[in-house]
Amino acid sequence: MDDPVLLSRIQFALTIAFHYIFPPLSIGLGLFLVISEGIYIKTRNKLWESITRFWVKVFGLIFALGVASGIVMEFQFGTNWAVYSRYVGDVFGSALAAEGIFAFFLESGFLAILLFGWEKVKPGVHFLATILVALGAHFSAIWIVVANSWQQTPAGSHIVETATGFRAEITDFWAMVFNPSSLDRISHVYMGCWQAGAFFVLSVAAWYLLRKKHRDFAVGSIKIAVGIAVVASLLQLASGHSSATTVSETQPAKLAAFEGHYDEFGPADLYLFGWVDEENEEVLGLEIPGMLSWMLYQDSEAPVTGLKAFPEEDRPPVNIVFQAYHAMVGIGMALIAISLITLVMVLRKKLWSLRWLQWVLVLSVLLPQAANQLGWITAEVGRQPWIVYGLLRTKDGVSESVTSGEVWASLVMFGLIYALLFVLFVFLLNEKIKHGPAQVERATEGGKA
Amino acid sequence: MSLDLNTVWFALVGILLTGYAILDGFDLGVGALHLFTKTDTERRLMINSIGPVWDGNEVWLVTGGGALFAAFPEVYATAFSGFYLAMMMLLFALIFRAVAIEFRSKRENKRWRQAWDVGFSVASILGSFLVGVALGNVAWGIPLDERFVFAGSFLSLLNPYALLVGVTTVALFMMHGSIYVVMKTEGELQKKIQGWINNTIIFFIICYAITTMATLLYIPHMAVNIRANPWLFVVPLLNMLAIANIPREIHHRRYFRAFLSSCASLAAMLMLFGINMYPNLILSNPIAENSLTIYNAASSQNTLEIMGIIALIGMPVVLGYTTAVYWIFRGKVKLDAHSY
Repeated sequence: MDDPVLLSRIQFALTIAFHYIFPPLSIGLGLFLVISEGIYIKTRNKLWESITRFWVKVFGLIFALGVASGIVMEFQFGTNWAVYSRYVGDVFGSALAAEGIFAFFLESGFLAILLFGWEKVKPGVHFLATILVALGAHFSAIWIVVANSWQQTPAGSHIVETATGFRAEITDFWAMVFNPSSLDRISHVYMGCWQAGAFFVLSVAAWYLLRKKHRDFAVGSIKIAVGIAVVASLLQLASGHSSATTVSETQPAKLAAFEGHYDEFGPADLYLFGWVDEENEEVLGLEIPGMLSWMLYQDSEAPVTGLKAFPEEDRPPVNIVFQAYHAMVGIGMALIAISLITLVMVLRKKLWSLRWLQWVLVLSVLLPQAANQLGWITAEVGRQPWIVYGLLRTKDGVSESVTSGEVWASLVMFGLIYALLFVLFVFLLNEKIKHGPAQVERATEGGKA
Repeated sequence: MSLDLNTVWFALVGILLTGYAILDGFDLGVGALHLFTKTDTERRLMINSIGPVWDGNEVWLVTGGGALFAAFPEVYATAFSGFYLAMMMLLFALIFRAVAIEFRSKRENKRWRQAWDVGFSVASILGSFLVGVALGNVAWGIPLDERFVFAGSFLSLLNPYALLVGVTTVALFMMHGSIYVVMKTEGELQKKIQGWINNTIIFFIICYAITTMATLLYIPHMAVNIRANPWLFVVPLLNMLAIANIPREIHHRRYFRAFLSSCASLAAMLMLFGINMYPNLILSNPIAENSLTIYNAASSQNTLEIMGIIALIGMPVVLGYTTAVYWIFRGKVKLDAHSY
């Protein structure tokens, strides 16, 4: 295998998939910390202090891996996608630079106070730092998603010929920022992040309940997290629907791939599950006839542009997109059910003794993680064969001076390093969870002494 | 030299990268010196002296890279793809530096800590070295074709001049880092590092002198602008005075002032580099016409203007709270329950 385009794509997929384990957790946990420390500031109850301190420590570990894997992403456009970088720098680079100035500095600067400032500043100032770190994490998602959304639905820019070829230039900054898919996708990403953070907390706390350890800590953590989980899961449904509607307007080939809809003019079905036979251009599975048409236009007979309307070289890989999309939607539904059941049981004070639900919650941490990854696969594979939708093809964006041997070398290194880091992350996280929050309280006293 | 937007962005990218060199420079220097300390407590003090700030310091690189991408995409694309393997090694170094700091303290086990100590130190040295090698190549010139695509090989980047600049950068950061640690520590460790400072200064001055000679002898284009504008000679002069001032302040135990002198010399050195590069961003060698300049590598005027506004709004705020964070963590580093 010596195709630098394919190798660079695999490397990008590997590095972004690994990176994207961490930012959703810091964004979701960031929100959790603002709430838990807010309660502590208001009530001065030590329990909430211990809850906040424990999750801050966990936050620190997650943040470190997010930083370590994140810097790779920012450099990789230039290293592996130089032609793309020349083409989009004027627009896409601007969003990345804005992220650095408005988000990363904020997040990293105040992280110092969040992690190390407990004894150095007043509680109110610490709380402010927590808010600013959480805000910084949320801001960074805005600019990244804006940059990516511009790749999906370019706006506020035009194509200009320069000495070295064509490139995109900004014509209207705000039209670029608020391109047709930005808002839908930012809200979709946010809800995915909140779910990731909330179910992460639920999972660890439910584990303590199962083990009959740190009960007060677990109950307190669950009360906040289940609230975030319910809100985020329900809003995610609305956001997902809105996103799909936008995709149908702006990227019809992608939408058609979601449901394996080939028929050029006919109404579109919605599959509960299925398998796309790309050769014969049909889907084998269980469908609700006309349901996609109805969801988009409230009319089950309404025509939806099918894949046959596009020349084959302009179609995304259909089955991958179909499967990723359906798995994501399925998980989204499961998360709604789990969060609502948990909420009811918390309100009826029954969760503390329901072992089966505790087990479900322990395992549920994997679901938002999987859904986030699947969602990005849907979005990015669905954008193919374009790197900038309708303007530049992925195969034309790769660096000319980089050989396949060089990409092989870096790809193997990333594979090894990330495998090692992932194992160590899980190991250290596990140790931290085993030590539990009690250790944090003891350590705090030691620190004051 | 006219003050157009391109020149402003040349200066802004320069300021961001200088900020990175000054701030992460001492982090990398502390890392490079890390293995010279022996006990676990000493090593914890070393790491915790940069503990709360290293992460924010690295953001200067991230933002500098982003600014380069936005303002001079041709440079971002050419340099990052041209230096592919070197960039990958830099990324691996930065990854290991970050996780070594975070992971090391998580277990008491001696082997565990030793392994991360080595990771932290090797990554810091490698990172400093590669930054210097890249700088050396940018000044020496790299083969670019008429579409600004890198036409050399990885090995051609490891030429003697670039390696020399790499070693000089390691020496510079070691000096800068040792001054920083002396300022942040007390007692035994402070005494110990105080003994090293003179060595790091001498090591740096020797490297710097050789680099300067090599530059003037082999790449005289790196002195053209100064020769044409003699008043600019004030910059190397200030640089020399700042370096000379360091041992004086150390001798009087005015460590903060020694550190400021070190920062000033770093800033002056990079300013000197910038002045002599201007208006080029990457020199093409042997075909000088293919050099990337602030004009043929730039984004549109409209974008430079928009990004200028963003920088104008954002950077003062960043400087404000960065100063506040440094102020909160001022004073000698102490180990407590939150430390690494």
